[in-house]
Amino acid sequence: MMLSRRQLPMIGAGLAVAGGTQAQAQRAWEPQRPVQFIVPAGTGGGADQMARIIQGIITKHSLMRQPMMVVNKAGGAGAEGFLEARNARGNPHVLIISLSNLFTTPMSTGIPFSWRDLTPVKMMALDEFVLWVNASSPWQTLPQFVEAARAGRIRIGGTGSKQEDQIITVAMQRAMGTEFIYVPFRGGGEVATQLVGGHIQATVNNPIEAVTHWRAGTLRPLCVFDTRRLPGEGRITDTMGWQDIPTCKEAGLDVEYLMLRGVFAAPGITAPQIAFYTDLLNRVTQTPEWRELMANGAFNTTTMTGAPFVEWLTREEARHRSLMQEAGFLAAGG
Amino acid sequence: MSVTTGNDTLVEAGAERGPSMKGMEIGTAVILMAMGGIAIMDSLRIGAGWGSDGPQSGYFPFWLGLILVGASLVNLAMALKPSAKSEGALFATWPQLRMVASVLVPTAIYVAVIPFAGIYVSSALLIAFFMIRFGEFRSVVSFPSGALAAGVAFAIFELWFLVALPKGPLETYLGY
Amino acid sequence: MEEIGLLMQGFAVALQPENIILMVAGIVLGVLIGVLPGLGGANGIAILLPLTFALPPVSAIILLSCIYWGALFGGAITSILFNIPGEPWSVATTFDGYPMAQQGRAGEALVAAFTSSFVGAFIAVLMITFVAPLVAQFALQFGPPEFFAVMFLSFACFIGLSKGSPFKALAAMMFGFLLAGVGLDGVTGQLRMTFGSMELMRGIDFLVVVIGLFGLSEIFQSIEEGLRFKGQSAKITMRTMLKTWAELPRHWWLFIRSSVIGCWMGVTPAGATPASFMSYGVARRMAADKESFGKGRVEGVIAPETAAHAAGTSALLPMLSLGVPGSPTAAVLLGGLIMWGLQPGPMLFVEQKDFVWGLIASMYLGNIVGLIIVLAAVPWFAMILRVPFSIIAAIILMVCAIGAYTVNSAEFDVVLMLIFGVIGYVMKKLDYPLAPLVLALVLGDRTEESFRQALLISEGSLSVFFSNWLVGSIMVAGLTLMFYPAISKLMAGFRSPKPA
Repeated sequence: MMLSRRQLPMIGAGLAVAGGTQAQAQRAWEPQRPVQFIVPAGTGGGADQMARIIQGIITKHSLMRQPMMVVNKAGGAGAEGFLEARNARGNPHVLIISLSNLFTTPMSTGIPFSWRDLTPVKMMALDEFVLWVNASSPWQTLPQFVEAARAGRIRIGGTGSKQEDQIITVAMQRAMGTEFIYVPFRGGGEVATQLVGGHIQATVNNPIEAVTHWRAGTLRPLCVFDTRRLPGEGRITDTMGWQDIPTCKEAGLDVEYLMLRGVFAAPGITAPQIAFYTDLLNRVTQTPEWRELMANGAFNTTTMTGAPFVEWLTREEARHRSLMQEAGFLAAGG
Repeated sequence: MSVTTGNDTLVEAGAERGPSMKGMEIGTAVILMAMGGIAIMDSLRIGAGWGSDGPQSGYFPFWLGLILVGASLVNLAMALKPSAKSEGALFATWPQLRMVASVLVPTAIYVAVIPFAGIYVSSALLIAFFMIRFGEFRSVVSFPSGALAAGVAFAIFELWFLVALPKGPLETYLGY
Repeated sequence: MEEIGLLMQGFAVALQPENIILMVAGIVLGVLIGVLPGLGGANGIAILLPLTFALPPVSAIILLSCIYWGALFGGAITSILFNIPGEPWSVATTFDGYPMAQQGRAGEALVAAFTSSFVGAFIAVLMITFVAPLVAQFALQFGPPEFFAVMFLSFACFIGLSKGSPFKALAAMMFGFLLAGVGLDGVTGQLRMTFGSMELMRGIDFLVVVIGLFGLSEIFQSIEEGLRFKGQSAKITMRTMLKTWAELPRHWWLFIRSSVIGCWMGVTPAGATPASFMSYGVARRMAADKESFGKGRVEGVIAPETAAHAAGTSALLPMLSLGVPGSPTAAVLLGGLIMWGLQPGPMLFVEQKDFVWGLIASMYLGNIVGLIIVLAAVPWFAMILRVPFSIIAAIILMVCAIGAYTVNSAEFDVVLMLIFGVIGYVMKKLDYPLAPLVLALVLGDRTEESFRQALLISEGSLSVFFSNWLVGSIMVAGLTLMFYPAISKLMAGFRSPKPA
């Protein structure tokens, strides 16, 4: 076989560490061709943005010798992308970024795949959810909102159907013993604007999707669906900052939900290959650009790799199953 | 349908022979009707009613399918009417259809080969084939031209925009 | 006025030498992206977004928005020359643009298209400059019922426009709607009409269908009539351009009307594609001799291009001021803003004055630069028509295949494109109109979605479509337009039957 010029340095590197320790050999693996980064969602959404930011950071800081190509495979609520990654068994040049549809799509459509078919690499961050209402609404606090929800059906808008926003809505219904009308829209920005325009009465937008309306005084946060308050110093409005939003639990609603932003690789890749990508993504999270993004979006910056990540995935999958089952979202046989 | 009648007369077929307009009209109407039927069936499976909060998933496809079947029935009746304007007219002559096939068949082969040979190699061959077959260029000119066009496409998509297109053994061999 | 002062500051930012270089580079890149079907504005910008990481935000958005203008300009080129819409919003441009090219008036069509794009954009930028906050308020009024009403109005503008058998038009439209319905139902998350096929699950993309239906079928049809394209090698000189320009002022009312439609659609935000269709439909309705549309009237190029560019430009306003993208491309730009640490939304205009006004100034400059560049390139575009058929046909096939593939990175889409090429060839020969099919396919999804969203909100009551003056008046306008042809036909009695 003829070797291309691209491969020669790698071979050299391989020879240099051949006599070294295992750890050194692991670091020696490097992609030999462009790496495909699959986004199981459309262009412009949250997962797509994060994938392209990761791509941009890698390019800007030259963290990888080969280029990274972002490919959107949104078909069937993302199933297409996951299946493609699954079918790339043993191919070390395929990565996929996940959102909640990693759990929800197989359950709601019955298309058989799960995170177990992939190689978990790293949890990059967790996306927070906040309960927002229009600032002109009478609800200043969560109990007032709960009371109103008990009195009549409140319209909650969210992104997509049978996905994270609707699951949170269902979880709230369960905890509050009320019923909401859930209206699906295409994207978080659209949902926030519909709330500002008064066409819906509440949303569970991510912080980044609604923060500007909050600052402009048109939206009001009631609580955050996390176990602890959001990080971030300083004020967003004249009177409040991220840390002033109570958690839903302390406000009297026991619902918690965080969305995974994680990176997976194709199944069946070797330990050195996993090590390379883990190290690559670790370095991405250490750049100032990444930190700025985390701060702007008030992300939960928990990261995990290896066994804790697998454990987290197992737990979340079970929780999604029980929530989806309760809501009647499971496909026949799914 | 008269579409299938002409095979034996292909050789001596003059400009005045070919599948009739009427046959094609009937065929198209029937195919569209079948499409509508399929849509109706699938919609009934997932629920085509009007739920408490608006139409169900299958509601619109169901009615659209029904209208499609209805409209196609009218089109079918129009085509079958003895006084139809298409009566006696030809859809196309056999020589004309042969011309179309001379582009369609290579294109179909091209599309079929893309998953195996990748889009660049197939495109280079397609362009070379067209130049030789239709442009009467010599192969010394045609093959390099095809390769050049494919090379430009490769540079634009693969290298410049970082868009991954289907690649085959040649690209793998070259390390992409 | 305060705006003028801010705008001048903006010009100072946009006129920095490095920003001007980026502007030119962006336009050229954008035209290239617009010409290549599949590699649309949204894709192109998404792909280039990471590369702008190293630039300051103003420069980055100038580069990216100029790519956007370039793509808006470029979409018209292949529509006119080869009947292949490079972008969804240039489909309506093919209706009259391509016939013009076939008559040897490619130069005139291109000049008219580019000039119209420029005028549309210019009017939209004026609006953004002076009435942005008002317009943003107006956009907030649009909930699902209003959105449905707008979609309904687009259809109403088009109904009764196609020549020939109304039943064929109906069948074509229903077929388009059904194609739009394939895949995941956005409201319930259920799979429809996929029959367990993985390939059908991603739905049938509008661009894939259009590339086959318009582009491929055109090659089949040309070859049936001999091995050449009908587009005569049009001589394009300075005189063609000046002559076309001399003609254009006569259509001032058309320009204004189309720009208004475009701005409205861009702000709501329905986007450039419905704007171009609606504007074309209205132009045809208002014309004295409707029959000559579709046979190469310059108005048929002016109307959709003006509206598309006005919509494309004004789509940036809701993105900047509300954080809601008015088009897929704007959605990607929105991601870019967040990436650069800017928070789109009502506070952007207050807190990031340099950025906002630099961008607005670059809209003025970018469109002027764009117009000059594309006009200068018109003779080259027309030269493509002189390339022998054997070469250009094969290259078009390759570009179409690449375009179909890049939409979803799916090989199945290339097969689908070929199938629709054959379908388009047969439909054209049998006088099935393609426009209703395409319109239904491109708007079908959003129409159904907003209808069902509206009913979810109203808990199943249809009265929601007449619940306030805004939605009510749009619906009434739509209904009037829809039934007007039927009424006027009834009044005129049954004249001599038209050719089927």
